[in-house]
Amino acid sequence: MPVTFFIATIILYFAGTGFFLAYLLRRSEALSQVSLGVTAVGFLTHTLALLTRMLEAGQVTLASFHEAMSFFSWALVLVFLFVEIRHRIHVLGSFILPLALISLLSAAALPKEVPTLEPVLKTVWVHVTLSMLGTVGFAVAFVAGIMYLIQDGLLKSKRFNVLYSKLPPLDFLDRLNQQSIVMGFPLLTVGIIAGAFSAEFARGSYLSWNPEQLWALVTWLFYFVVLMGRLTVGWRAKRAAYLTIIGFAGVVLTFIGVVLKAHGGVA
Amino acid sequence: MAASHERIPTVHRMNIIAVGLSHKTAPVEVRERLAVPESRLGEALHRLCGYQGIKEGVLLSTCNRVEVYAVVDDVEAGFARVQEFLADTHLSLSSEQLTPHLYWHTDGRAIGHLFRVAASLDSMVIGEPQILGQLKDAFEASLTHKTSGVVLNKLLQKAISAAKRVRTETKIAETAVSVSYAAVELAKKIFSNLSEKTVLLVGAGEMAKLAAKHLINNGVQRVMITTRNPQGAIELAQRFNGTSIPFDEFRRAMAEADIVLCSTGAAHYLIRAADVEEAVRRRMNRPIFLIDISVPRNIEPAVKDIDNAFLFDIDDLEMRVEQNREERRREAVKAEGMVEEEVAISLQWLKSLDVTPTIVALRKRAEDIKQAEIDKVMARLGHLSPQERSAIEGLASAIVNKLLHGPLITLKAEAHSAGSSMYVEAAKRFFGLDTDQSPAATPAEPALARSDKREAAPVAALKQNVPGGEPEQKRA
Repeated sequence: MPVTFFIATIILYFAGTGFFLAYLLRRSEALSQVSLGVTAVGFLTHTLALLTRMLEAGQVTLASFHEAMSFFSWALVLVFLFVEIRHRIHVLGSFILPLALISLLSAAALPKEVPTLEPVLKTVWVHVTLSMLGTVGFAVAFVAGIMYLIQDGLLKSKRFNVLYSKLPPLDFLDRLNQQSIVMGFPLLTVGIIAGAFSAEFARGSYLSWNPEQLWALVTWLFYFVVLMGRLTVGWRAKRAAYLTIIGFAGVVLTFIGVVLKAHGGVA
Repeated sequence: MAASHERIPTVHRMNIIAVGLSHKTAPVEVRERLAVPESRLGEALHRLCGYQGIKEGVLLSTCNRVEVYAVVDDVEAGFARVQEFLADTHLSLSSEQLTPHLYWHTDGRAIGHLFRVAASLDSMVIGEPQILGQLKDAFEASLTHKTSGVVLNKLLQKAISAAKRVRTETKIAETAVSVSYAAVELAKKIFSNLSEKTVLLVGAGEMAKLAAKHLINNGVQRVMITTRNPQGAIELAQRFNGTSIPFDEFRRAMAEADIVLCSTGAAHYLIRAADVEEAVRRRMNRPIFLIDISVPRNIEPAVKDIDNAFLFDIDDLEMRVEQNREERRREAVKAEGMVEEEVAISLQWLKSLDVTPTIVALRKRAEDIKQAEIDKVMARLGHLSPQERSAIEGLASAIVNKLLHGPLITLKAEAHSAGSSMYVEAAKRFFGLDTDQSPAATPAEPALARSDKREAAPVAALKQNVPGGEPEQKRA
């Protein structure tokens, strides 16, 4: 059952991405409703995929990389639907859906069996959930940053094309960027602390100073500086857009490193 | 039975004509003499409908067009009467002088013209919103003076609703087609909520004042004004409900201004890149939107390269306007298609107003009801002798025929009269012959209730304002 739902979700997100990209390039607004509908149904099957997997396993299945990536994709779409309902910025879907699809495809590429966890790691899902939710915040900030830079560039070069007409006002994108970080950062912080406690519980030390953990701390510190810079010395607008794009690139690289190391592979 | 063999009179239907002139066919010297001021509209309408053969009339008079829509018995005579009427509106005009400027449409073409005018497809600036309001005023006047009847009332309502459909389903009126409004449109792509924003008006150029007015209409609440002549700033501040700022201090005020509108007669750069850099720094990188409507320019072009500062000059705004015009023309093609659809629907309705099909429909309806009731009663009574059967059938036929006698005679008698369409419409409503739906199957009540509501509220509907659009042209 979970596999069927999972495959259905991939197909629906694929269609949603296609419709949203077509919507982005066409003058008409007509496609937005189709794109939204497909995405909403995809979100539903995705929710069912996650729930049925947990029911079958009889535990909270949020420990493996597959589970983490699938959850990340799900939460990303959830945030998109939330912003969409509140602000009716359809074009956000044209940027978020591809990201959600990529995450889901990478989840599909990772080993899908439910991991058998040692009893001491039973609560590791708290760490995974919070860290992933924090990362979703950074992902949305990243998307807002890209959209900001595009709109800024179009305004500066006076190219009033279809994209210009569809993208929301600059200050909306800047605010979305800020709010995503403000929400994501504390979640990630608590997530990292939860992870440290889990590690201490399982292995007896909070930090083992391996490269991934160091990278994670560097990322955390980076976003801390970005957030403080915005709140105190006006690191907003274009600068904030650049910084959050760089930050998210760091997050993605960290994750790839961790996955490659864990699964042997080429690394 | 006997009824279906009776000769049904073929009745010629009423004709709709549109006669007039517009900015496309007549110079302003002719238009201004023909225009009827609002105060004399009632008198003009009564004069129009006083002519022999004109059953209904509506007069649309704006600074860009003067048009008569009328329902007439005979097209040629109608054209002549309306031309006479138009020539009579002004002493210095003769019928011959008018002829080269007039256009003449009948029936489908006339309705099409009305719909295109209402949808602002015939306007000087395509998509401008004023014309719809003017048409509503003209309609209201004809309702007040009772010069329009069943036909024109319905057509004008249809024209107005078709125009609204065009406005909501196409982008024909969405974009700015004036330089001052283009500034507002750009501001909305930088700031999502103009009501929290502050405007600094530098200089008192007309275009900048107009842009400031548009910005205020779009929510801007705080306005700062500076002019080289301090008295001018104070006067403007009163007008815009803003604050005046000494001219030599306005560069400092830029730190508080989200939007700077610059339009002075100065021959040099008043705002230099360094000033804007300083303002952006003090604004902690909050974006600043600068509009330079002065020629020669008053804001140094290098400002374009400063992050979080967005500078647009008159050429940029004009380019935007030209692009929007292009967009409107594209949307107009879509709108033409919609208008055609709506005209077809109205023509269908018009056809149904003919007496002949109404008589046929009425008979068919009566026959259907009769047959259904007979079948019902026969089924209930079981076996009957042929005599009994024919007695029941005879009874039903007699009732139906006696009941229909009056309406049918009246319809035939009124077929050639001025009020024929009214009787047809009444018959259709009384007997539920609404041709919009399959006539026999639908019960009469819902159809009645719906059209009642529609008819009862034409004036109320008229009061609604045209949504959206830019308040660019002055009302004629």
